[in-house]
Amino acid sequence: MVEIPPQLLNRWQGKIYRGVREIKGSLMVIDGIEPVGYEEIVRIMSADGVERLGRVLEAGRGFAIVQVLGEEEGLEATNVYVHFTGSTFKIKVSEDVLGRIFNGRYEPIDGLPPILSGEERDVNGSPINPYARVYPHEFIQTGISIIDVMFSLIRGQKLPIFSQSGLPHDAIAAQIARQATIPGEEEEFAIVFGGVGLRSTEAEYFIEEFRRSGALERSVVVLNLASDPPVERLLTPRIALTIAEYLAFDLNMHVLVILIDMTNYCEALREMSTARGEVPGRGGYPGYMYSDLASIYERAGIVKGRSGSITIMPILTMPGGDLRPPIPDTTGYITEGQIILSTELNAKGIYPPVDVLPSLSRLMRSGVGAGKTREDHKAVADQLYDAYARGVKARDLASIVGEVGLSQRMRRYLKFADAFEEKFINQDAYEERSIDESLDLAWEVLSLIPEDELVRIPRSLISKYHPKYRRGASREH
Amino acid sequence: MRKGVIDLIRGPVVIGSGVPDIQLGEVVEVGEERLLGEVVEVERERFIVQVYESTSGVKPGEPIYPTGKRLVAELGPGLLSSIFDGLERPLKTLYELSGPFIGRGLRVNALDRHRKWHFRPLVKRGEEVSGGDVIGLVQETSVIEHRVMVPPDLRGRVAEVWEGDFTVEDVVAVIERGERRYELRLMQEWPVRLPRPYREKLPPEVPLITGQRVIDTFFPVAKGGAVCIPGGFGTGKTMTLHKISMRSDADVVIYVGCGERGNEMSELLTEFPRLTDPRTGRPLMERSILIANTSNMPVLAREASVYLGITIAEYYRDQGYNVLMIADSSSRWAEAIREVATRLEEMPVEEGFPAYLPDRLAELYERAGRVVALGRPEREGSATVIAAVSPPGGDFNEPVTVHTLRFVGAMWALDPELAYRRHFPAINWLKSFSQYAAAVEKWWEEKFPGFSKYRRRALRLLTVASEIEAIANIVGEGMLPDDQRLILLASEVLREGYLRQVALEGEDFFCRPEKQYLMLKTMMDFYDKAYMLIRHGVPVDELVALREVYELMRVKEDERGLEAVKEAAARLNEALEKLAEKHGVKLGGSSG
Ligand SMILES: Nc1ncnc2c1ncn2[C@@H]1O[C@H](COP(=O)(O)OP(=O)(O)OP(=O)(O)O)[C@@H](O)[C@H]1O
Ligand SMILES: [Mg+2]
Repeated sequence: MVEIPPQLLNRWQGKIYRGVREIKGSLMVIDGIEPVGYEEIVRIMSADGVERLGRVLEAGRGFAIVQVLGEEEGLEATNVYVHFTGSTFKIKVSEDVLGRIFNGRYEPIDGLPPILSGEERDVNGSPINPYARVYPHEFIQTGISIIDVMFSLIRGQKLPIFSQSGLPHDAIAAQIARQATIPGEEEEFAIVFGGVGLRSTEAEYFIEEFRRSGALERSVVVLNLASDPPVERLLTPRIALTIAEYLAFDLNMHVLVILIDMTNYCEALREMSTARGEVPGRGGYPGYMYSDLASIYERAGIVKGRSGSITIMPILTMPGGDLRPPIPDTTGYITEGQIILSTELNAKGIYPPVDVLPSLSRLMRSGVGAGKTREDHKAVADQLYDAYARGVKARDLASIVGEVGLSQRMRRYLKFADAFEEKFINQDAYEERSIDESLDLAWEVLSLIPEDELVRIPRSLISKYHPKYRRGASREH
Repeated sequence: MRKGVIDLIRGPVVIGSGVPDIQLGEVVEVGEERLLGEVVEVERERFIVQVYESTSGVKPGEPIYPTGKRLVAELGPGLLSSIFDGLERPLKTLYELSGPFIGRGLRVNALDRHRKWHFRPLVKRGEEVSGGDVIGLVQETSVIEHRVMVPPDLRGRVAEVWEGDFTVEDVVAVIERGERRYELRLMQEWPVRLPRPYREKLPPEVPLITGQRVIDTFFPVAKGGAVCIPGGFGTGKTMTLHKISMRSDADVVIYVGCGERGNEMSELLTEFPRLTDPRTGRPLMERSILIANTSNMPVLAREASVYLGITIAEYYRDQGYNVLMIADSSSRWAEAIREVATRLEEMPVEEGFPAYLPDRLAELYERAGRVVALGRPEREGSATVIAAVSPPGGDFNEPVTVHTLRFVGAMWALDPELAYRRHFPAINWLKSFSQYAAAVEKWWEEKFPGFSKYRRRALRLLTVASEIEAIANIVGEGMLPDDQRLILLASEVLREGYLRQVALEGEDFFCRPEKQYLMLKTMMDFYDKAYMLIRHGVPVDELVALREVYELMRVKEDERGLEAVKEAAARLNEALEKLAEKHGVKLGGSSG
């Protein structure tokens, strides 16, 4: 062994190698080494004194191929120190993570000391045994009418927001983080926020939002900025979920994980795959993107014997709002529904601009209805959907033949669609509506439609909840 | 002892050496943690292993232990009501061993070694038996009698046979052949990649009744058939498969969740014990086997899970049962095959898939079928395979969909447009097909004379309606002649009242064949009579305004079932008669 800078000897315990056989892009071939583990984490120090991390991609007899995590600029094959840590990427987690802010390597960026004690966890986690899952069934009230009534978020669900740049997904995410509660329960959600490739203004917005609403104390922020190395984007959601699993399944907390923007994650995945020279799949994304994303999103859920839960709300931007390209498509194949934002509604000034027709919450039916939210919930949601679909169709037709060309009935649905958007969907980013208020509001707009045409709602519910029968009657229900 | 060593680890693929007589397909245990793997390639000095668990942290130089066995399924009583992973490890046992998260290197038996089963012999000492003969019975669940068979490659004279309570490992009979003696147990093993033999393959003839009208009436699946259900995300593959797994008239159902969501398996696990099979009155779990290799579980075990499922299906088929195997999703299985191919640096042909993808698909669907089983008593059984396909971007023009279509007899093509309109099952009636329709026609005709005529006419009406609709979208419906508007009305009745079946519980969850027939007949008779009226100058608007027409669209949900359909039909008839009278038209009996 050649002279090793003394400061390294202190920091890196164990064998240190100097020089590697080859560096090609972000890949490093190291030979003359003792056996190392597949996916083992490697510490790398270049001549300029910058320390980077790497991960073993291929482990052979006497050699290893290592992917450098972080900037590969400035690495020289002959003048680099390498240390194999003997384990995969692990982090220490304890209760002290609450209120803290970390970067994509789990280093604190809030000026406080690192978490040194606690449970050591592999960031990749282990798969939840399907037998151990408890089927999600509890309604989360976000206080946002369109979500609560039509695309209910259920505790333990993974429900993404598909957005586009310029749309207010940040405000929606912050509002949900601020307002999410289980009606009738005291306990608030712990928030784990994973920022992936975020602009610093966006990151500051969220931290400021959490601070202002007092949510920061029950939050953990893991932040990978746009200026940070892309490879760390692959670690960020995994660190976030490892923390979430600890909070949910060790400390029995209910955790809401917000991951934004997962498009940056997928792009980093593509970049890494290209660097490895892998056969590209559709759009250049690797064929294993489905399994890779699933290994993140499937960490949502509830398990037997633990009273906590993990709910994941990933946010991703889709260029052009097209659902078919690999990122939204693959995501949709994994998540349990999707909430899609619309540029059109946004342009009309409607907040939150949720595109109702293609949006869906697949777990909704298990969490709403009598004894959970309100007995009329499902029927009202169905009727709203049906009426709005007719309204949108009428609007399309009107744009061709003019409103006068519409039948009386069509015109009524058109009017309904307008009212639905302006009165029901539209609300303030700081307005919190209870599910009862939201459902009453839904009835308000439904009353624009003749009672006979409310075929998706049983008569008994109409006579109980329709404003016509409640007006004058006492206010209780 | 044979023992090899790891030379290289590349993801789930490991290269080893040091076992000169290693066999292709041999199961090995990899590394200190003894992770389960299978040899997929043998070269001169070295061999390649696909590992079924995460290889994170495994080092070169660690040992490889060959087992001398191929990847086999344990077959015997106790399979029913279980939930396994792709390697046939009971997930319940894994949960007891390692908690909510699955640990590595856990080795557990598929079948419980302690549980005793009462075995009732059907053969006597001295009797000659051969492969496939049923030597005795075990009541596996209250609905399925397990027929213990002589393994396919064995024959001889029964030297010993005992009645009593046995574990799956106890010897229940001994067979002699010359000098050799073979011990038979309740359990046997079979290599999952090898189709089980049968005496004769029969053409499918009997429909598998799913209770979904669009399927049973228009695009039926026959017992022993193979069907694919392709569709983009959220178009309803899983929901359709769940419904079929719950209510179809198969004797045994094997549900393979292959690379899909954990919560979906959990839903089945919650529902199956709670729901009863109306034919037997017993919980569905008693006829079901779940195999779960969800998307977050090791990718390569997905590949094994489908073979495990079909092997178990064949085993119950050989006992004389009608078995249904469901795979959700075969695309994730194909992706696992691609993953190995990529790691082996094999030449990709289409979208990264290896050239042998079509062969693998063919081999799988070829294992579906209706057969005469080996051995006595003579019995027929069937294995039906229904598989979801998840095409990227919802575009059917991709390798897995395209090749699957070459090997299946029916396709239920899911349509995002229908799904957006919440028309479920979103099976597009213009794009789907079923080659089994002709085969099962006789079955329907015998029970419901005239059924096939109604079916064909309804399909034609739907096709014509879609053409008319295209025109209506340009010129407006009001511009169309009355007979065309009637076609639109009749097709709306069929679409809303017949094809759309969204109930997740209650009456319309499952529609019996007799009700399907009566509904279809009523709707087509309505069209015929209405057509007569229109021909005689009755304005179509008077038909559009009939309340009874809309009642007919909703009759499917009426809890009174058949009775309600009859009443709705009678009321509609009456309304039509009144119209006829008003306009002085004479309505004859229904025309052809
Ligand atoms: N037969 C049905 N009846 C009622 N609703 C249905 C039906 N089929 C689908 N849906 C609705 O569509 C949603 C999505 O269906 P499903 O989960 O079956 O889609 P999928 O095709 O399996 O999607 P993926 O490929 O993402 O798994 C369901 O959550 C439900 O809301
Ligand atoms: Mg599905």
